[in-house]
Amino acid sequence: MPKPEDLLIDTDLRTMPAKPWMETRANFRDGTYSFPGAPKNLKYLGLANPREWSPTDEDWKLPDNWQEIILKGFKERLEKYRSFRLFMDICVRCGACMDKCHFFIGSGDPKNMPVLRAELMRSVYRNDFTTMGRLLGRLGGARELTIDVLKEWFYYFFQCTECRRCSVFCPYGIDTAEVTMIGRELLNLVGLNINWVIEPAANCFRTGNHLGIPPHGLTDMWEFMVDDIEDLTGVKIDLPVNKKGAEILFVTPSGDYFADPGTYTCMGYMMLFHELGLDYTWSTYASEGGNFGLFTSHEMIKRLNAKIYAEAKRLGVKWIIGGECGHMWRVIHQYMETMNGPADFLEEPVSPITGTKFENAKQTKMVHITEFTSDLIKNGKLKLDPSRNDKFRVTYHDSCNPARAAGLLDEPRYVIENVCNNFFEMPENTIREQTFCCAGGAGLGNDENMEMRMRGGLPRANAVRHVRDKHDVNRLLCMCAIDRATLTAMMHYWAPDVEVGGIHELLANALIMEGENERTLDLRGEPFKEEEESEDV
Amino acid sequence: MNAWTSLFSALFIVIALVLISWLGVGVAGTSLFGIVIPYIAIAIFLLGVVARIVQWARVPVPFRIPTTCGQGKSLPWIKADNLESPYNTWGVIGRMALEVLLFRSLFRNTRAELWPGPNVTYASAKWLWLAGMLFHYGFLIIVLRHLRFFIEPVPSFVEAISSVDGFFQILLPTVFISDAIFLIGATYLFLRRVKIPQLRYISLPADYFPLFLLLGIAISGVLMRNVWKVDLLAVKQLALGLVTFHPAMPEAAIGPIFFVHLFLVSVLLVYLPFSKIMHFGGVFLSPTRNMANVNRMERYVNPWNYPVKVHTYEEYEDDFREKMKEAGIPVEKE
Repeated sequence: MPKPEDLLIDTDLRTMPAKPWMETRANFRDGTYSFPGAPKNLKYLGLANPREWSPTDEDWKLPDNWQEIILKGFKERLEKYRSFRLFMDICVRCGACMDKCHFFIGSGDPKNMPVLRAELMRSVYRNDFTTMGRLLGRLGGARELTIDVLKEWFYYFFQCTECRRCSVFCPYGIDTAEVTMIGRELLNLVGLNINWVIEPAANCFRTGNHLGIPPHGLTDMWEFMVDDIEDLTGVKIDLPVNKKGAEILFVTPSGDYFADPGTYTCMGYMMLFHELGLDYTWSTYASEGGNFGLFTSHEMIKRLNAKIYAEAKRLGVKWIIGGECGHMWRVIHQYMETMNGPADFLEEPVSPITGTKFENAKQTKMVHITEFTSDLIKNGKLKLDPSRNDKFRVTYHDSCNPARAAGLLDEPRYVIENVCNNFFEMPENTIREQTFCCAGGAGLGNDENMEMRMRGGLPRANAVRHVRDKHDVNRLLCMCAIDRATLTAMMHYWAPDVEVGGIHELLANALIMEGENERTLDLRGEPFKEEEESEDV
Repeated sequence: MNAWTSLFSALFIVIALVLISWLGVGVAGTSLFGIVIPYIAIAIFLLGVVARIVQWARVPVPFRIPTTCGQGKSLPWIKADNLESPYNTWGVIGRMALEVLLFRSLFRNTRAELWPGPNVTYASAKWLWLAGMLFHYGFLIIVLRHLRFFIEPVPSFVEAISSVDGFFQILLPTVFISDAIFLIGATYLFLRRVKIPQLRYISLPADYFPLFLLLGIAISGVLMRNVWKVDLLAVKQLALGLVTFHPAMPEAAIGPIFFVHLFLVSVLLVYLPFSKIMHFGGVFLSPTRNMANVNRMERYVNPWNYPVKVHTYEEYEDDFREKMKEAGIPVEKE
């Protein structure tokens, strides 16, 4: 990797290639693409054309009739998704979206402009599905689906994090995420996928979570956290697992089970629920809210999501709480009930602590943890000492999916403002519905794609750097497990000295628990106060 | 397609259309351009627009996928934004009205710039929004003003629009403000497309063609009104004949510029249903904008939902039962 100050030295948003885009082939440069899905994972999921191959090979070992398969799939989807059909037809190429994509800003590659990313498919659409396109050919903006076009699709549809920022600015609401999702579905039909999507999907299908952790492995990890909590607070918490008849099922991203800093957020949930005396349970079967189906196909979303309602039914819970996770919430909010509902065996969620009815979740019966927690705080049910977090100067990254798919903007802020005293917003063009992506979502958070991640992450990191320099911000909060993993690398590269963490980590720091020891260490085992640190030395 | 090829191919087509009508009206006769072509154009336009909208409307919307641009409805003490993240029909109507009437999303536009450092800055960029407003509202007023040719007696609101529109009597006859506004808007949109490198790069002939066509229509209209004046009474006679289905060419001669104007309008009507101009119909059907963000509140049904292969709990437990028992995790079957 080049040094941060050198990475974008040749990047310019206004200089376009001399060659027209239809005639430019994708260049699979190291660091800007992801490795293909391993055959075993495709086989496990029953997906098409499992084989060893590499994007840099000339021959991608496609089925002989790959064109026919793609065009048939294209037609089917035009008939099944109005969004897709409409978004193929009504773009006027006004360019309002052109500089809204983090990957365009960081790479200067015009095919990362949302309008052009969609044109990669529209050109084929015109050629094969519209009269005008058929009649006029190139003059009508049409081009044939050749192997180079297909390779281009692979390169650019796996260079889109489906964050939907462009959609906010489009006068017709054209959502490139919809186009990318369909694009990836079509690629899947001929066996083109990336391993960082398909392996978690396969793992999730088999074990219930992305990492492929079997049930006994999960309980080990959870117990480990329970021990850590006891060391830090002196409070021994009990951890209900697969408990039948519990009132609430808790589902969170498995990213939070195994890697820092997600684990601290996970410990935060445990401490909160223990302190409330909540009658709830973890599940080893539904041990994942995240859903890499979203990055594979609509069918895969449904296959992976099904376990949540199935487990709620098996355990006989009344309703469900979901943890801090980005695309998990996109799936839960936009797809779950439609795909795997109705959840009529559950009850409308009511907080057992405050009695608040979560009217906004009365159909899915699934409540976001920040909704649950902000209601607790509002009703004065938690004893909090925000001064414990005084060493943190905090900013908040609106994780794309909860922000732009669900509209969860103020709940997390309310929690943050009540658990710490130093909260600073990033500039307004980079937060809330205009938030910038971490550039590692939608399955792109792998290491071989690091250069592209750092490029795409610049807009987010740049805003963080701004508040770091202006307000000495040293902690970036987010409510997404992918963010916690990828923003950590991002900050390390672009905005050193800013650590990443979840909201419930800080909540748990501030939470005064019954029977706790005098707490001097935060969840990371570091002293609450800098002075104590120096005394320790 | 080369950027300039896009521009010039569109320009040549529009120039050819002007020449066809200018010269053609002398060769083929006025009734072809005054009656036959307009009728065909209107028929294609009406059928085409209806067909397109029906075609879209028949495609199901399997999932509720609004883009939320503001706080969604949740707890009662959190202020929800019903216009940016609608939670009921009124919110959806409001959001769509803002979008359609005031171009809300374009109003949000920003310009990103990359500086050494590297550093990214964002500045408000409302020129596209402004030009869009001028262009569309100019066009709307012009269309409404034209109703005076098709309705007798002229409705009072049309009179009112015309008199306000012609308030500044700079020249005689009046130069309409709407004409100027429309021309400014369209010219800006054209220059923007040529001047901004990214936009030039993405532009297709289909982006330039409608702009040139509309500019041609507006310019021929202004010329006809202010330079090569035509007999407006004769024009009205022809228009009334067309709308009352008693088409006849008026006895008084109408200058060829009128037929250029009318022919370009006819071409626009024919082109419209098959082009990106259909965005005016499509915007109402756009699922990210016209659906309420009530996904967790209300049931939504996908008409083609189908069963899929899942990994059931029973299969899962079969895979891991012994280990689960060892770890003290409750199981269904001992």
